[in-house]
Amino acid sequence: MTDVEIPTGTAAAEARRPSRTPVRGLRTRSRATAGSGRMAALLVSPTLLVLMIVVLYPTVMALRESLYGPKGLDPKTGFIRSTEPFVGLKNYADILGAAGDRFWNAFWNTTFFTVVTVGLETVIGVAMALIMHRAFSGRALVRAGILVPWAVPTAISALLWRWIFNSDGIANALIGHQILWTTEGFHAKVAVIVAEVWKTAPFIGLLVLAGLQVIPNEVYEAARIDGASALRRFWHITLPLVKPALLVAMLFRCMDALRMFDLPYILIGAQKNSVETLSMLAQNEASNVRFGPASAYAVLLFLYVFLVALAFVRLLGADLVGGTAGGRRKRTGLWFPRRAEVTV
Amino acid sequence: MKTRTARALRCSAALAAAGLLLAACGSSDDGGSAGQSGTTSFTGRGPITYVAGKDTTGAVQPVLDRWNKLHPKEKVTFIQLPTDADAQRQQMIQNAETKSDAYTVLSLDVVWTSEFAAHQWIDRLPEQQFPLGKMLKPVVETARYRGGLYAAPASSDGGLLYYRSDLLKQAGVTRPPATWAEMKADCAKVKKLPAAKGVSCYAGQFQKYEGLTVNFSEAVNSAGGVVTDANGKPDVDTPAAKKGLDFLAGSFKDGTIPKEAITYQEEDGRQAFQAGKLVFLRNWPYMYALAGKSKLAGSYAVAPLPGLNGPGSSSLGGHNLALSSFAKNKATALDFMKFFSGEDTARTFLEKASLAPPYTGLYDDTSLARQYPYLPVLKQSILRAVPRPRVVSYGDVTSAVQQEAYAALTGTKSSAQALKDLQRELQKSTAQ
Repeated sequence: MTDVEIPTGTAAAEARRPSRTPVRGLRTRSRATAGSGRMAALLVSPTLLVLMIVVLYPTVMALRESLYGPKGLDPKTGFIRSTEPFVGLKNYADILGAAGDRFWNAFWNTTFFTVVTVGLETVIGVAMALIMHRAFSGRALVRAGILVPWAVPTAISALLWRWIFNSDGIANALIGHQILWTTEGFHAKVAVIVAEVWKTAPFIGLLVLAGLQVIPNEVYEAARIDGASALRRFWHITLPLVKPALLVAMLFRCMDALRMFDLPYILIGAQKNSVETLSMLAQNEASNVRFGPASAYAVLLFLYVFLVALAFVRLLGADLVGGTAGGRRKRTGLWFPRRAEVTV
Repeated sequence: MKTRTARALRCSAALAAAGLLLAACGSSDDGGSAGQSGTTSFTGRGPITYVAGKDTTGAVQPVLDRWNKLHPKEKVTFIQLPTDADAQRQQMIQNAETKSDAYTVLSLDVVWTSEFAAHQWIDRLPEQQFPLGKMLKPVVETARYRGGLYAAPASSDGGLLYYRSDLLKQAGVTRPPATWAEMKADCAKVKKLPAAKGVSCYAGQFQKYEGLTVNFSEAVNSAGGVVTDANGKPDVDTPAAKKGLDFLAGSFKDGTIPKEAITYQEEDGRQAFQAGKLVFLRNWPYMYALAGKSKLAGSYAVAPLPGLNGPGSSSLGGHNLALSSFAKNKATALDFMKFFSGEDTARTFLEKASLAPPYTGLYDDTSLARQYPYLPVLKQSILRAVPRPRVVSYGDVTSAVQQEAYAALTGTKSSAQALKDLQRELQKSTAQ
């Protein structure tokens, strides 16, 4: 299923290029390419260097750290030893073995939050974008209103929602029934999901709005002339055309949601099993000065996020680089165009 | 085709790396940790910081202003951390792990002394420079680790039973309850009053946080049990401890404690009490002054905590001043600690914020006692107090206590099972 795409744009162009080049000029041309290649490498190297420092170095350090155990207490002096013992893969074995229940509980919580919140955010975000895209009086106000939650820092919004979900809070007053939202149970998950969706649906809305604004009006006009209903126009024009933007937004949200920490931590509290996420486990270990196990949790989370991101890119074809091929596909405009192209 | 795969890999790798934010905070680099053990030189003068939890009483800043006026070149800046004790501890540990000099004098909760001292995050203090002899003995003990003094007691704290004296009087109860059974009986009488419509009986701090550890330990100690014994070994799976936990769990079940109290921290309980929703509330002395400013002024009083067969024992709260090992201007810091933990400052905090002083003399001061009728009660509470476990891995101990106590209070575990599991967890985390 991987490499089935027929080269549409760039590859074909590249294939044609040499034949167009006169034979006489071939040597100069290749020298020029080598030169521009060096130039490109030179220009890209600062970025690569920065990436090495901020991405590769911490990753490698975390991997290394995850092989060390916590510092022990020296019974003679009563002080904690200043070196961490090398324990190999013991941290991982402990996480999946002795602390397995807690790990898998956090794993499922994280997954559940991600699937539900990103699903809801996508639906609500697209609706928001459609509203914001309309021309009507007071549009600026509506746009600003929708974007406010996104501008609120997560920790602050968690505090706001904690008041709302207080035992005497507005949420209980509205539903006329006392639910203790911050206690253990499914309602705690609901509280987190509501607060998370409220906060981040505008993010998807914003990116989809940007996608909507580049769709030419003529397409809609043509569809209208052909007698397509509003629903059909949305399903067959709007959705396929904003798909690239929407997928990028969803991917970003997925990876954010997988790392979710501050919202459940502040809204519901630390060590509440019903909302404990993988990040919270890592933080808990780190806060008890056990950086080895904390890194092991972080590495496992990293792998999970990595796999999800990879799956996203491979299965849904989220195009993050936005090259020519991607640009082409945008215009072919179908949800899963590759299969079709292959069979044709 | 190949480009596509490569590109997919590349971009997902780059993006997934964003997930590493957390991983980046664990640095194994240990360097030469200030390996001092008792021979700190307190040198350097200049501006310092005082780091403590959020000051809900507004009494801290005026005292700092007093110091700053006297020492214009050695000003103290107040850094306020969150109200939540767990969050305070984590921020202080983070500061220590990064060896930052942002925090100078730390207001440590009494239970953190062992951990901070064992990690050498705080300096050992010159004992003779602090008037320890004038302080209550259990309070001074909380500032020690393996015999050395690592902090200066600044304020102590003992739990008090706040009660609605007006309602009790109307119900014909002449003295506050000394046992749990008496308290429940008094509640039954009060509830028959028309004025007590919709009032619940009792509450404490039962949210899953440090407050739950305090309330659990008090219940266990008040029933004659212990969490950890004199040598710091866990011994919580006992019939006495079970009676203590049964009181809390049973009270939740029969409605003595209102359902929503499972979400209460100190402030939630105070607000509920001040709104007239509770007859009895276990809280710290800080609430005395605040409740006096509410509509309840004059209609509440305090008593020692009740227990199983007689007066109960409080957990020992309060804060000690410690000096961060990584701070600058330690000479100024030491002077400031002496000033801030001094008897004059303690008197100010007692008057302005009803904070319990560590000094015996202030409790026996008759003029103060006339002005603050709760002082004798508080002294009793502190003298009978049992400190929470004094262990290096306090973070794990308190997590385990919260986990199991919460399970018992919400009814997901029987109290017997919860204590059995707790004993096992505590043995694991204290075996080092």
